[in-house]
Amino acid sequence: MPREKAVIRSDISKFRWTLLQMKKNWVGYAMVLPFFILFFMFTVIPVVLSVVLSFTTFNMLEWPKWVGMDNYIRLFLDDDIFLTAIKNTMLFAVITGPCSYLLCLFFAWFINELRPKIRSFVTVLFYAPSISGNVYIIFKTLFSSDQYGIVNAYAMKLNLIQKPILWFQDENYIFGLVVLVALWTSLGTSFLTMIAGFQVVNQELYEAGAVDGVKNRWQELWFITLPSMKPQLMLGAILSITSSFGFGQIITDLVGFPSPNYVVHTIMHHLGDYGGMRFEMGYASAIATLLFFMMVGANLLVTKMLRKVGT
Amino acid sequence: MVADLKQKYIAYRNKRIIQKGPSSFKRSINRSKGGDAAIFILLGIVAVIMVMPMVYAIVQALKPLDELWVFPPRFYVVNPTLKNFSDLFRLMGNSWVPFSRYIFNTVFISIAGTAGNVLLSSYAAYAISKIHFPGRKFLFSVIVYSLMFNATVTGITNFLLMTYLGWVDTYLAVIVPACCTTFGLYLMKQFMETSVNDSVLESARIEGASENRIFWTIAMPMVKPAWVTLIIFAFKDLWNTGQNMYIYSEQLKTFNYAISQIVTSGIARSGVGAAAMVVTMIVPITVFIISQSNVIQTMSTSGMKD
Repeated sequence: MPREKAVIRSDISKFRWTLLQMKKNWVGYAMVLPFFILFFMFTVIPVVLSVVLSFTTFNMLEWPKWVGMDNYIRLFLDDDIFLTAIKNTMLFAVITGPCSYLLCLFFAWFINELRPKIRSFVTVLFYAPSISGNVYIIFKTLFSSDQYGIVNAYAMKLNLIQKPILWFQDENYIFGLVVLVALWTSLGTSFLTMIAGFQVVNQELYEAGAVDGVKNRWQELWFITLPSMKPQLMLGAILSITSSFGFGQIITDLVGFPSPNYVVHTIMHHLGDYGGMRFEMGYASAIATLLFFMMVGANLLVTKMLRKVGT
Repeated sequence: MVADLKQKYIAYRNKRIIQKGPSSFKRSINRSKGGDAAIFILLGIVAVIMVMPMVYAIVQALKPLDELWVFPPRFYVVNPTLKNFSDLFRLMGNSWVPFSRYIFNTVFISIAGTAGNVLLSSYAAYAISKIHFPGRKFLFSVIVYSLMFNATVTGITNFLLMTYLGWVDTYLAVIVPACCTTFGLYLMKQFMETSVNDSVLESARIEGASENRIFWTIAMPMVKPAWVTLIIFAFKDLWNTGQNMYIYSEQLKTFNYAISQIVTSGIARSGVGAAAMVVTMIVPITVFIISQSNVIQTMSTSGMKD
């Protein structure tokens, strides 16, 4: 196949250049097409559709009816439980997001100090909880509400408490416990990203740094390691933040739905309640739309902040 | 001054390397003994916290009935038995739908979904990273934005869509969406960009090979760690598919769903429930242990350069 005569970029207008490139590289479009058709169907359309439906009432039987901002007005003015849900979701995300991020970062750093064989063993130990499905339900046995629960039994033996605590029913403890379990399962993909990030830092930089007066491991982390693994830090942040909004299932499995006095009622639960049980799809879409903007907003904010670090 | 320091440093380094070998030097740079000890202890404590619940699940699974209800409860087992596991398998045998059906469903869904996922994401990743068509940067930034929210957001409208397509209560409702995980495409694209050499592709193009052929014979063999990782991640997600809002029929439900029914179905079976947990967690953990080096290698290129 003879190659066509090379066209130089400056010969023609930008528009014609683009057209030419499109024609020349049509295979590229054919190759991305299958993926993006599915992506469009199951991600783009649902997001757009839920924004549109959020301005309607829709019960899946009749055609949606346009109601303007009514759903949003109802959410913020008439729905006290939703306000609780927003508060809980924010609180939950603000605690678990940064905590899990820092846990990932620091434990990846500590693990990186170990020798390779031990390193991969310890990596498995830390990563395992996040991939083993619903093993977190074992916390229900550990924190069982009667004296047969390990935690209650030992606390009573040590005279810390006089009678068993109803861990997953007592409003004082539920939130803390759920955060604990969520953090236990949160050393997931972003943890692996960090583990890998520490391994790709150019080792010569450390020696050069030592010459330049880097005195201890903290300075080394701050001045050498973190700046050179900034791409991993960015991805890790996005993964941690997004998953900090996704612990609804864990909460339902541990505490049940609805939770006592709505102490751990999150937007995810509110969404499931209206969408999956009451079939008020318009209202549920409004909730989903708000959740969408909260997640993307939080991510954009944090990545913008991270981009400034070290510049 | 600096040159002088450097001279001294290199002399020190060489002396040290001659005395103790090169690896000893690398480890001791900027590392105090006290700090090492502190990190060791901290790692040890947290590792125990991470492992303890899982060990407890295993211990519970090995306890005979009388030990499960002994007071005060023990964290260890005195007479380990496999009875809970054999009970679990007996229970499986008695389930409403033959248990082999659940296993078949999981295996079928996992294989079909994983294959589709790896194929579609690799094609798209190859095109985005190696074929210079206009619009590829835009497509990739859409993918990056899509990492910023999760499936909860799209759940409701996806359900409407499935209803409209008539896919509710079919395998398609689980398999097809699993074929386009954006994180898979993201990882694959990042890995291809750094580890597939452009000049090799270019010379193959000059030879007249089609892009499809280049993809299969040159690019894919070069990115083995990435597709191993994609397989692991897709498999892990599909394996952990429990209750799915699109599936009602018992015949179409997964192994994991059946297991979780056993886990949550009452106190009398608490040992069996623990055995079920052990069975579910052992598969993904084993798969990860086998493929760890590939996964880490893939993740090392995964960073987000803007």
